[in-house]
Amino acid sequence: MARFFTAEHEWIEVDGDSATVGITDYAQAQLGDLVFVEVPAVGTALAKGKEAAVVESVKAASDVYSPVSGTVTEANGALEDDPALVNSAAEGEGWFYRLTIADEGELDGLMDEGAYKDFVAGLD
Amino acid sequence: MRYLPLTDPDRTAMLEVIGASSIDALFADVPEAARLTGPIEGLPVHAGEAAVERHMARLAARNLSAAEAPFFLGAGAYRHHIPASVDHLIQRGEFLTAYTPYQPEIAQGTLQMLFEFQTQVARLFGCDVANASMYDGSTAAWEAVVMARRITKRSRVLLADGLHPHYVSTMATMARFTGDAIVYAPPKLAASCDEDALVVRIDEDTSCVVVQYPDILGRLPDLEAIAEAAHQSGALLIAVVTEPVSLGAIRSPGELGADVVVGEGQALGVGLQFGGPYLGLFATREKFVRQMPGRLTGETVDAEGKRSFVLTLSTREQHIRRERATSNICTNSGLCALAFSVHLTLLGEKGLRALAAENHRLACLAADRLGKVPGVELVNTSFFNEFALRLNGDARKAVRALADRGLLAGVSLGRLYPDQPELGGGLLVAVTETADEEDIDSLAAGLEDVLA
Amino acid sequence: MNAPNRSGSKPVTPEASTNETGVQTVSGNRGLMLEERLIFEIGTGETTGVDLPQPSPEAPNRLGGLDRSAAIGLPGLSEPETVRHYTRLSRQNYAIDCGIFPLGSCTMKHNPRLNEKVARLHGFADLHPLQPEARVQGALAVIDELAEWLLALTGMQAVAMSPKAGAHGELCGILCIRAALEARGDPRAVILVPESAHGTNPATAAFAGYQVEGIPATAEGRVDLAALTARLGPDVAGVMITNPNTCGLFEPDMIAISDAVHAAGGLVYCDGANFNAIVGRVRPGDLGIDAMHINLHKTFSTPHGGGGPGSGPVVLSEALAPFAPLPFVSRQPDGHLHLIEEENAGEEHGQAFGRMSAFHGQMGMFTRALAYILSHGADGLRQVSGDAVLNANYVLRSLEDVLDAPFAHSGPCMHEALFGDAGFAEGIATLDVAKALIDEGFHPMTMYFPLVVHGAMLIEPTECESRASLDQFIASLRAVAERANAGDPLLTQAPLLAPRRRVDETAAARKPRLVWTEPTGGDTAAA
Repeated sequence: MARFFTAEHEWIEVDGDSATVGITDYAQAQLGDLVFVEVPAVGTALAKGKEAAVVESVKAASDVYSPVSGTVTEANGALEDDPALVNSAAEGEGWFYRLTIADEGELDGLMDEGAYKDFVAGLD
Repeated sequence: MRYLPLTDPDRTAMLEVIGASSIDALFADVPEAARLTGPIEGLPVHAGEAAVERHMARLAARNLSAAEAPFFLGAGAYRHHIPASVDHLIQRGEFLTAYTPYQPEIAQGTLQMLFEFQTQVARLFGCDVANASMYDGSTAAWEAVVMARRITKRSRVLLADGLHPHYVSTMATMARFTGDAIVYAPPKLAASCDEDALVVRIDEDTSCVVVQYPDILGRLPDLEAIAEAAHQSGALLIAVVTEPVSLGAIRSPGELGADVVVGEGQALGVGLQFGGPYLGLFATREKFVRQMPGRLTGETVDAEGKRSFVLTLSTREQHIRRERATSNICTNSGLCALAFSVHLTLLGEKGLRALAAENHRLACLAADRLGKVPGVELVNTSFFNEFALRLNGDARKAVRALADRGLLAGVSLGRLYPDQPELGGGLLVAVTETADEEDIDSLAAGLEDVLA
Repeated sequence: MNAPNRSGSKPVTPEASTNETGVQTVSGNRGLMLEERLIFEIGTGETTGVDLPQPSPEAPNRLGGLDRSAAIGLPGLSEPETVRHYTRLSRQNYAIDCGIFPLGSCTMKHNPRLNEKVARLHGFADLHPLQPEARVQGALAVIDELAEWLLALTGMQAVAMSPKAGAHGELCGILCIRAALEARGDPRAVILVPESAHGTNPATAAFAGYQVEGIPATAEGRVDLAALTARLGPDVAGVMITNPNTCGLFEPDMIAISDAVHAAGGLVYCDGANFNAIVGRVRPGDLGIDAMHINLHKTFSTPHGGGGPGSGPVVLSEALAPFAPLPFVSRQPDGHLHLIEEENAGEEHGQAFGRMSAFHGQMGMFTRALAYILSHGADGLRQVSGDAVLNANYVLRSLEDVLDAPFAHSGPCMHEALFGDAGFAEGIATLDVAKALIDEGFHPMTMYFPLVVHGAMLIEPTECESRASLDQFIASLRAVAERANAGDPLLTQAPLLAPRRRVDETAAARKPRLVWTEPTGGDTAAA
């Protein structure tokens, strides 16, 4: 299993040809308290870099983009009742959806944990 | 000038602080070619309060107001007696001259009122939740259609023939630009609604069925049957209520299976006002809350734990979502919502039921009396406070002739359906508690005269 | 994930509350600060404030078997209780009648009571929209007179009176553009909107079926003419420009912008939300604008009413006039006023794009706006814009030494003074400054808008403030700004003195409670 990151602050954990996606702890801190998370329905075909989910704080709605293309196999239903899970455990229990990866080549160019840390450090 | 507090010495002193030579100099960014150098010529100059009032009063006197004549118009706008305290309360400056309650710490008055209003509307309509109001019934109805498209991801819109033609027109206009397909045919002057004819047209592409209740002819469609058919095809039932007082007598659309109930709230508290401002009502099921258009007020607490109210779920709205908002609407009809809410609070359950019963009693009386006029036939088998008559002549001409005699007889279907000559004999008559038996007799006598 | 705009408020539990007097009251009231329960907690199903005949069970019934027998759940109050309930609620509101209401882009000016009085004349208020034309000539005359004024003040060719609010007017204008382009067989897909635009602009264009593309702003807060011109082409239906813009600045290139858009076959929509700054000073028709809505509740002072109703007539150029929606009023040679509706549109107005709503528009707002216009006259309206701009510049120059004023160097502002949060100490946000103004007894300015300025504070004093009122407001804001620059942590707890402390918006949005429900403990409530 390997975890990658995007410049838009999504993380993706790859396990064979399937993967789990969420937003990073840095992202949740920037958003503040989340009040609503809209995750994609099972079966949705997602395209790399296109909208996959929406997160809402009180005064902002932000899109979450899919790090890779693929088909959604499972959505995190717990977020519907408890969007705060993303604030408390963004990179764990607050995952958004699982998908089957359409093209493993799309993982090239994503950051590993170290690169992402450097990237975030450069933002402040 | 009475509304401008600055004096010339003030202006001079302020210009000095700013470092400008004159007020005109502050407009230097306006291209010189377009800049006006003095008041626009040919227009009147300022006038005192007495002069303006005289002018407006003269214009008002050129109208025949409902107070001055036996009055029977409805068709989407109803005249009810508005208690004096309603107008007093909505003129309190703290309501009248407040803005949208974006600073909840100093706007609890408006916010709590809206929360109460939302609850009143939800209960009246038999729904889980309601919003803080919209422009009017027709625009609220269109917003419901847009919401149905968002929820069902379909875009074929089936309108019942009894939907107010202005509402139909509003929707058809908008649909032309949004690509929704509107399916509609005007009504026949028949005793009851043809639900079967509507239901068979629901298909797998239908996002919603829009049904007015009571309908434009005052008839009472069987919402339960339509809801069942719509739901079987995965479509939503949108009920449109243009006379909310009716819901003090008849079952609510929510209770009968409607998924969205919209309406025109003008009948309670707002008044006729020649068509506006009115009050759009919008209510739906809890599960559709995040798909709802318009402002919403919610309950919460403040930092000391005190119950407080605040505008909420605003991420649906244009100022955050911009081109992805649920609607471009950025206002509600706050003061009209207040008038509605105050009136409904004064009535209460007991008063609303009594008001509805009195409307129905007088309408039954009028229907029987008018149906006996030679050349007049009552169309409806059931109704609340409005029904259709079939005249043996052109109803539009009859209405004009009666108006010339100081009698405001009703709304001719010829005015509402100019393209449907077979409806030309149709006359809609609304009877509220503001009419008395003498008025009904006058109308009967007048009709007898003009039809003779 | 895209970048959020953070301005949400979540209360911080006060560590040290400074307004603690130690006095606890049984009622929860504090002197004249009165708490008020909900109608559902004080009313009953048996109470009523209206006298009506009691329904008779023998009365005829033609309800088709649909009688509503189950309880509706609507509490009633007697008249004294009703008056008291709403009066107590009203006192928890700030309003123009209480003091300066400097919300930028909202134009909170005094609402003359004469306008309320004339709108309530029976001849206007008690008039049905579908009465025969011959018996509503006075009402049609109000619409016609107001329309004439709006055309004279804007230098345009036609006006659609029916839109119900500013955003509805925007939609009307954009639909006119779309109808005109379709009529000439040249439908185009894109509307350009400056980044500083109010959120309704992109929402409207999208609602009308257009793709929305942004136009960047220059460092001076204006539309980047070069960038705009470069983007124009056969796919661009038009641009939506706010002028004066949302930074409170006039677009000096407006004529060049219009010329460029027209040369590329597009049309120019102007968001007229800020027309109050230029009324009587320049006519939009002379700037090449094709459509502009006018918020009667801003420029012509119809009351905001705690959030509407508004009114948004749209003035149109010659190119768009044939497409204006129904209905409208037409003056016959004999002086008779004729209402053009679906019935007769064919002869006189066959290209109308349709209808925006039932009936004829916000008549109650028309009477008020006309009374306002007649009161001021051509000379007074010019003074209105002059004083509004003077007051805003006075605020700008009186505070630019303590607040960051990003565009102050570029010359005078129009009717709004714009500041940013650059000078505030770490940990202090615009929100804190706004809430501290509440403790000073003022309604805050507009916050976090326009988006192009970080932590924006947009102040619109309007022409209705005296110099003394402005000086008092300036002194308060100066004091609060100095605290913000110095990093006074108490600001983050403001307001401390209002009817409510900061409210928990996060909790409200996470578990929305939008209607009152019976407490499960079995409390008193309406039947």
